[in-house]
Amino acid sequence: MVAYFREMFVGLWSLVAGMAVTIRYFVRPIVTVQYPRQKLTMTPKYRGHIELIMDPETNTHRCTACGMCVRTCPSSLITVEGVKVKKKKLPVKHVIDYSYCSLCGLCVEVCPTKALKFSNEYRLAGYQRQDMVIDLMARLDAERATVGLPPLPIPTPESEEETTSAEEKA
Amino acid sequence: MIVALIGVIALVSVNALFLIWMERKVAAHIQLRPGPMEVGFHGALQTVADAIKLIGKELITPEEVDRPIYLLAPIVIFLPVLVLFLVIPFAPNLIIRDLNVGILLIFAFSSLTVLSILMAGWSSNNKYSVFGAIRSIAQNIAYEIPLLITAMSIILMVGSFKLSAIVAAQDKVWFVVIQPLAFLLYIICATAETNRAPFDIPEAESELVAGFHTEYSGMRFGLFFLAEYTNMFVVSAVATVLFLGGWRGWILPPVVWFLIKVYAIIFLIMWFRWTFPRLRFDQLISFAWKVLIPLAFVNLLVTALAIKLF
Repeated sequence: MVAYFREMFVGLWSLVAGMAVTIRYFVRPIVTVQYPRQKLTMTPKYRGHIELIMDPETNTHRCTACGMCVRTCPSSLITVEGVKVKKKKLPVKHVIDYSYCSLCGLCVEVCPTKALKFSNEYRLAGYQRQDMVIDLMARLDAERATVGLPPLPIPTPESEEETTSAEEKA
Repeated sequence: MIVALIGVIALVSVNALFLIWMERKVAAHIQLRPGPMEVGFHGALQTVADAIKLIGKELITPEEVDRPIYLLAPIVIFLPVLVLFLVIPFAPNLIIRDLNVGILLIFAFSSLTVLSILMAGWSSNNKYSVFGAIRSIAQNIAYEIPLLITAMSIILMVGSFKLSAIVAAQDKVWFVVIQPLAFLLYIICATAETNRAPFDIPEAESELVAGFHTEYSGMRFGLFFLAEYTNMFVVSAVATVLFLGGWRGWILPPVVWFLIKVYAIIFLIMWFRWTFPRLRFDQLISFAWKVLIPLAFVNLLVTALAIKLF
């Protein structure tokens, strides 16, 4: 008889405890994001495709068009073209074909001037393969525009002979 | 009478549309989701869109079904639901017919749901449907007894079957204060009577597909759905009348108070659904016969004694 009533009250109490849990969740703010209209900020550690770092001091990139990333890339998807200006090499073109990229990160590690980083870009979708070809110089110009700077001037070599093409895409 | 009928049909449809939306919202928020958000303000028109889609669907009649019974079952489940609204007192002057056997009429006609579930399950010629129907009958018979006994203890106190008289008797204090055990038993039995979780074994989707309405499609299924949500409204309305003082309240008009109380009880039933896991069949039946019915009898006896003594 005692056991019968104890079971009843213990059972009832467990039900009340369960309902207390669900009502606490009911009044808690929802965590779902209405995606196309709302977006979460991506964590800085996210490894998207590579991009050029904008140096906070000079507001430009640190790339010297040495071609190390081009040679290291196991999928050979990086294309860099550079010119010599006043004994210093500068890139005029830095393009990747992201559709081949395996995000191994060798290009970021090998870069002698630490000019590359992983971007936070995760919304990658396209209608054709050409949409996956990303112009890193254009991305840097877009980043410069956010702090109100004009696009980088295209470096012009002092004489025509000095133009070099560092490692075309294999 | 015609006006009343049209009013009831309008209320039934709007109520079902609202309750489905509310159910989805309650479910979502308990799981930290927003629920339907796309159609209308916070998804308010989502069920309207779903209903239009449901009406447009093909009415499939499987081969080898017991045709007349199969076609009749959705109608049989829906018709008594309309009768139930005849006696519900929404406000002092908003009762279609204030019958002096009001509560009896509600309990008598709501039992017809069992018949319709049996018809649907048996005629579908599907083992899951029959299982669902068998379970539903065992369950509804078991839970109707404590439901009636708890209602009986209120009727003893009032001395009338008339719903307006029951509301009138609660002018000083609501019966939920005097009869808390009866209220608890009534809510449990009402949840079981409307085949809602955790007592939803007749349509336990993880074991029986959809139970008795597995073979129904389109608007025939829609009628079962409509009847389920309308039954929820009816049992909550009866709970409001019996225990929460019906349309009594301050400042706001009586109809608003009545609806607030009804939807509060419906919220409670939805809250049950998203908290408790489904009972096993033997647990369900032994709970009714070993716990609910003895408790309901004790409650009735104590009530009768108290009335005799004071």
